[in-house]
Amino acid sequence: MSIAARFAGTEARLAVIAVVVFVAMALLSPDRFLSVQNLTSMAFQFPEFAILALATTVAMLTGGIDLSVVGIANLSAIIAATILIQIAGPAAVGPDAVLWLAASMAAALVVGAVAGLFNGILIAVLGLPAILATLGSGLIFTGIAVALTGGSAMMGFPAATAWLGNGLLFGVPVPLVLFAVLALGIGFLLTRTGFGLKIQMFGTNPLAARFAAVNVTSVLIRVYVLSGMLAAIAGMVIMSRANSAKADYGSSYILLAVLIAVLGGVNPYGGYGKIIGVVLAVLSMQFLSSGLNMLQVSNFARELIWGSLLIFVMIVNSKTGFGMRRGKPAPARPRPEQSSGSGR
Amino acid sequence: MKRLDFSRNETLVALVILGFCALATISDPSFLSMPTLTDLLRGGIVLGIFAVAAMVVLVSGGIDVSFTAIAAFAMYSTTLILVSLAPGLPWPLAFALSVGIGAALGAINGIFIAFFGLPTLIVTLGTLSIFRGFLLTFVGSKLISNLPQSMRDFSKQMLFRGTNADGSFFSLPLAFLALVGVVVLTWFILNRTLLGRSIFAIGGSVESARRIGVNVRAVQFFIYVYVGALAGLAGIIHASMARVANPFDLVGLELSVIAAVVLGGARLTGGVGTLTGTLLGVTLIVLVRNSLIVIGIPSTWQSVAIGVLILVGTGLPAWQAKRAAARAG
Repeated sequence: MSIAARFAGTEARLAVIAVVVFVAMALLSPDRFLSVQNLTSMAFQFPEFAILALATTVAMLTGGIDLSVVGIANLSAIIAATILIQIAGPAAVGPDAVLWLAASMAAALVVGAVAGLFNGILIAVLGLPAILATLGSGLIFTGIAVALTGGSAMMGFPAATAWLGNGLLFGVPVPLVLFAVLALGIGFLLTRTGFGLKIQMFGTNPLAARFAAVNVTSVLIRVYVLSGMLAAIAGMVIMSRANSAKADYGSSYILLAVLIAVLGGVNPYGGYGKIIGVVLAVLSMQFLSSGLNMLQVSNFARELIWGSLLIFVMIVNSKTGFGMRRGKPAPARPRPEQSSGSGR
Repeated sequence: MKRLDFSRNETLVALVILGFCALATISDPSFLSMPTLTDLLRGGIVLGIFAVAAMVVLVSGGIDVSFTAIAAFAMYSTTLILVSLAPGLPWPLAFALSVGIGAALGAINGIFIAFFGLPTLIVTLGTLSIFRGFLLTFVGSKLISNLPQSMRDFSKQMLFRGTNADGSFFSLPLAFLALVGVVVLTWFILNRTLLGRSIFAIGGSVESARRIGVNVRAVQFFIYVYVGALAGLAGIIHASMARVANPFDLVGLELSVIAAVVLGGARLTGGVGTLTGTLLGVTLIVLVRNSLIVIGIPSTWQSVAIGVLILVGTGLPAWQAKRAAARAG
């Protein structure tokens, strides 16, 4: 594949958008937008919802969706916080603190994986539509988090916890490093492994994938486990940046994560999507919101602009026949294949 | 087959409601009383109108997540117009204004969906942000607690009031009639007009509907305008009953409303859905919200309970369908 072909279509347009937004913001407030301070603060801000967007993306590639990512993120963070506060205690320092931080991360990942497994079983084994399964399970995860904490924030971590969300690694913000590693890893997984190929096959045509001897159940379950673990990592970053854990953090991130994935060119019917697109979409969004912030535009205007950007990109994509690869304009129906096994 | 398990979903929800009430009555005999009923009906007004709107979209095979933002937008801007320009406007005109604003916003959804052919989830996800962002940036983000007189008058009108044996009051606001009206109108449209049958046809299969001569674009456009209008109505009722216009209200409810509708048997794949099921779904959600504590579950577990209900309510039919398909194939 030539380089030109590789970047044709949605991703190329997104790259242009990202660059245009960056240049526009740099021109509008040159001394502030391009300042080192602003650039680093952006690098600290976006990874948390970018990782959530990655989690949703993986599910959307199969034609599903994961609306429980924020619930999983908060529940994992609360379990991790319990370990950090109750067992390690705020006074823990040195190797002790590092050890407990690692243990709490491991616990968060386990929670994320179990939650994802639960979603996967609901969707792949019991045949629930993904949108409903994860809507319901998201309520359950959030509900457990509320019940565990009584709804209040958990605070008092060892100082080392802050490293995850606010630290620097070789001068680069840790959340950014984390996001870069995850994005590269998921990109590799999707394009260079058999698992990735199976995900794309299933997303493009579930029935054909089944006939091609793809173990559909196992692929779906692994996808949602992966999504749950990514959500748990996002939860740890949010916890560290907020220096607390709470059941209702980031509730606006659910739809934002879906929005970013779609903006990034991920086909909500499954089968098509590239990590580079999602990364470009996240960057455009972050440039826009930071830039607007410098221009003293109200916080609420961001939502307005994000929504407009989404619809604008969708119109451009559909006009060029690229975003709607399923041909005729049909009403969105989140996954026809599982929910009505008896009909059509 | 289809008819069978979709009637099942409604019976299932009805049985759960009865079981819930039975349990609640056993643990607290005063549960079975007029105040519980009026609280239930009162709590169901706004949610019920939203749910009817969401059901119409689901039946057509689409999904709308922007209706809460439309409701907040219509409610807040109507209140603002009343307060600053026309304080004396009688409430029916205020309601008409809110419905009109809602319909106009719905038309924006309709244009993108019917004429640009964009996927409904994505359009409404985008317009959710746009409507809310526009409202909070350009219209206003401050609470209006001093509602115009006409809206306060409306909120004081009751269908009936009464006093309980223990001296507590109960009443059912006039706004309940709005829900009844919406249900009757929607029933009529869906079951007694060609338009309604076309909505079901599109939900069943867009291509087949087109081939039998349904004007798909016009029908889709109508659906989103209608949903917008209902959202505008629900919004203004919400503000009147809460006696405050809060621009941050309502948004965030959209997924619970869709959950209630699906619990009542509507299918996300389109073509299937009933008003009875929708109202049962809403009843169950409101019941859990209001009275979970009565059956001995602490209210912190409320969202777990709703989540479990959604999973069981949608999981059972899905699993049955899957097993039936496995047996057949």
